[in-house]
Amino acid sequence: MLTSAQTLVYILAGMLFILSLRGLSTQETARRGNGMGAIGMALALIVTCVALSRDTASRTADMSQAYMLLAGAIGVGAIVGAFLAARVAMTSMPELVAVLHSFVGAAAVLVGIASYLEPGRDVTIVHGVEVFAGVFIGAVTFTGSIIAFFKLRGTLGGKPLLLPARHLINLVLVGASLYLAVVFVSATAPAGITSLLIMTAIAALLGVHLVMAIGGGDMPVVVSLLNSYSGWAAAASGFMLGNDLLIITGALVGSSGAILSYIMCKAMNRSIWNVVFGGFGATPTSAGKAKDAPAGKVNEATAEQVAQLLLAAKSVIIVPGYGMAVAQAQHPTKTLSDTLESRGIQVRYAIHPVAGRLPGHMNVLLAEANVSYDVVKEMEEINDEFDKTDVVLIIGANDIVNPSALTDVDSPIYGMPVLEAWKAARVVMLKRGMAAGYAGVDNAICYNDNTLMLFGDAKQSIQKLSTRVQAEEKAA
Amino acid sequence: MKVGILKELAPNEKRVAATPTVLKKIIKLGLEVVVEAGAGAGAQLLDGAYAEMGATIAPDAATVWAEADIVLKVRAPMMRSDGKHEADLIKEGATLISFFWPGQNKPLIEHLQARKVTVLAMDAMPRISRAQKMDALSAMANVVGYRAVIEAATNFGRLFPGQVTAAGRVKPAQVMIIGAGVAGLAAIAAAKSLGAVVRAFDTRPAVREQVQSLGALFLEFKFEESGEGAGGYAKQMSEAYLAAEQALIAENAKEVDIIISTAVIPGADAPKLITSGAVVSMKPGSVIIDLAAEQGGNCALTERDKIVERFGTKIVGFTDLASRMADQSSELYATVVYNLLEDVYDAEKADVVIDRGDEVHRGIVVLDKGELLWPPPRPKPPSHAPRPEKKPQVIAIAPPPPTSSALTPILLGLAAALIGVAGLFAEGEFLQHLTVFLLACVVGWHVVWNVSPALHTPLMSVTNAISGIILVGGVLLLRVGGLQIATILAAVAILLAMINVAGGFLVTSRMLKMFRRGPAKETVHAHAHGGRK
Repeated sequence: MLTSAQTLVYILAGMLFILSLRGLSTQETARRGNGMGAIGMALALIVTCVALSRDTASRTADMSQAYMLLAGAIGVGAIVGAFLAARVAMTSMPELVAVLHSFVGAAAVLVGIASYLEPGRDVTIVHGVEVFAGVFIGAVTFTGSIIAFFKLRGTLGGKPLLLPARHLINLVLVGASLYLAVVFVSATAPAGITSLLIMTAIAALLGVHLVMAIGGGDMPVVVSLLNSYSGWAAAASGFMLGNDLLIITGALVGSSGAILSYIMCKAMNRSIWNVVFGGFGATPTSAGKAKDAPAGKVNEATAEQVAQLLLAAKSVIIVPGYGMAVAQAQHPTKTLSDTLESRGIQVRYAIHPVAGRLPGHMNVLLAEANVSYDVVKEMEEINDEFDKTDVVLIIGANDIVNPSALTDVDSPIYGMPVLEAWKAARVVMLKRGMAAGYAGVDNAICYNDNTLMLFGDAKQSIQKLSTRVQAEEKAA
Repeated sequence: MKVGILKELAPNEKRVAATPTVLKKIIKLGLEVVVEAGAGAGAQLLDGAYAEMGATIAPDAATVWAEADIVLKVRAPMMRSDGKHEADLIKEGATLISFFWPGQNKPLIEHLQARKVTVLAMDAMPRISRAQKMDALSAMANVVGYRAVIEAATNFGRLFPGQVTAAGRVKPAQVMIIGAGVAGLAAIAAAKSLGAVVRAFDTRPAVREQVQSLGALFLEFKFEESGEGAGGYAKQMSEAYLAAEQALIAENAKEVDIIISTAVIPGADAPKLITSGAVVSMKPGSVIIDLAAEQGGNCALTERDKIVERFGTKIVGFTDLASRMADQSSELYATVVYNLLEDVYDAEKADVVIDRGDEVHRGIVVLDKGELLWPPPRPKPPSHAPRPEKKPQVIAIAPPPPTSSALTPILLGLAAALIGVAGLFAEGEFLQHLTVFLLACVVGWHVVWNVSPALHTPLMSVTNAISGIILVGGVLLLRVGGLQIATILAAVAILLAMINVAGGFLVTSRMLKMFRRGPAKETVHAHAHGGRK
């Protein structure tokens, strides 16, 4: 089937993909890494098209329509993809990533079914299992990603949907799929299609149910999990078609997503199983919430007071959260930090691993606003610095600066590592109102004596601060 | 209650634990003071000066030991020349305040325990802001850092400041300080004020500002970027880490005239940061002041308490620099000790009272009336009791390639199980694919751990793009030709996968263009490039 030239190019492409991921280790090499990935993809595509025209099967068949389909699909796909990539706002990256995952899932389902329907193919048991597994993973990825997409857009609420017997439901769905697998494998070629399609529907239902049960705060984990699934789906297609390049690439993507999920889970002190099966351990939330003791007085401040505070500071740390992304406040924030820096005030940014809805989400937004990555610090780099800092500016972040994560054993986020912002001399929290964060927990930091609350839309608040600070600078 | 001040016995120790000025303040607390004759001689403090402030002068040490309820000393009790140990002379139930190094002095603790003595170790002072005025180590380190520069200047045959004179041009001395702790910072300030050009090296990026605020160049040490992850330094890494430090220092050693090295690790030998090779490469006439000589030295060629000349460079290994400035260091030490005395002495009860709930008291008390209280419990992180598990989790966010991870055995087991099951079905081609699959998983696993957290979003979009490789599968399926269900399904798959490929790579490239270091010029460049909002 494969000529040796084709095999060689596949190996080359696989290596380029590995180097591509390797290149992403550091900012300096990341762009080269992306380029190598693109070259690898182009090579693989070209050599496959060439191989198609020389395939023995295709010599006998009428290929003109197939070629037209090929050209049309590639052309339209490339244009749509380029359009999406050029138009997407950096704040909507999570949605884009989710929808792209769903495409891989869908493609895996289609390739699986098509490969089963391919005439004249001898379906062995092993091949049958491969097809079945590929379609199953693909379908879960597809619907799961779609649900994730709608949750990220806000079309569906962030609250987890916790059906009473959810674990039983999952178990039944998986059991039914296993039963259908046996039916499918024992049937002869075209007859198995019914059980395959039923299973596809069941797997799709499973994908919906799994992601519905996951709360909005866990979204970074879900997105990385689906990333992983999409990789496994591609790998399964590789097995099904006997194509090593698909296997290698799928495995790379699969392990990458798995690692990201693992990192995100660690950052939130969740077990990975908890997130995979959804809703585990979410029950104590209500208990923890009922008790919300600290509801005390908050110190509300005006933009003017906060501006004075910032100007008097020597060092400032900015903690951005999802609220900054929602309000699109990254550009005004950069302006504010520039003004402060020009007055000799040290400004740094502290990024919590799960800030935002996507791994590394905040880094991307700050990069978009041209914030130098030298001043953007990760949690473990900066946590010891808070007690030496004059002012911490929290922009639309909540759970990731909640001290109860360290002190309150009953808190649902207990044990999650957090940015210890409250150790600074002053904390200013920009918030729309007193609503709780995604975890649904009250934040004790709001009631601290050294915390000032600045209510309002993050973007407007930051702009007001910026204006005040600049005015002050002119006056001085 | 009587306070006793003794003459120090250690050779080269010229410091004394109380000065006349401080003595006056001690008396104001309601205490009497007895001073051994000649106690302050090494620090130019005459017996008459003590007497004038109200002290009794005792003719010999034995008298002081016999009378004193509170003994103030610099060094821990030691063997006297007459064969009696100082610890045997102390009054039963008395209090001793001095440097003590309880970790290294176990036998001495037992000795004093038997005599129901209270021991407060100045060297165990917790490093919290409230205790700063009682921090003897910092007070001494400040003097030592200054003196190190003076020793360097004495042994250096040239001027420190750069000058242009009628007799020709004088280049400024180039000084490198290793370790920017209290001593290092004092050395920077002293060298700077003598006119030298100073650079400083420290592995803690946090001290960069302090170094820069004194006008020195901070040498960047970028070990973590060489692919080792940001977590703590693992044991195996420490060798490579040390090698990287040595390389950086060797590189700078060629350029500098003077190295002042202050790197010590509590309770361990000093790291050998200056290799023989680095010494060889230094200019003839250069000077190294090794302040870690007592802990074995930062330089491989240091000899304790000596000045040696090796390959044209003088290496000074003095361990008594504080004592060489006995007047000043006695004054500072005496003040610090007084501040502590004031804190622990209860005038109403007329006794030393140790409050075990007090962080400072608990930190420094070795024995309380003979009861062993050392080592103190680990200090609680301020205000949050239950979080001992925090540290490992933080490390886990950017762990080293997790050979040590608990996941490894699970994954290995899984792989073995897969291969085992596959072996039962034993279809050659399938086994081969499985091998490729497992190898690729391992490669992916290792490559991805190195990705910096800031790049996680680009990582996702790239993996997204390359998982579009599934379009290859679609293309292969078109070979049956014609317009039938299989080919149409394949074409839709290709379409979807192609959106992924194009969208993924393009959006990644768009994102990566935004990641940049430093503002100014680069920013202009960015705007010229991207026509986006």
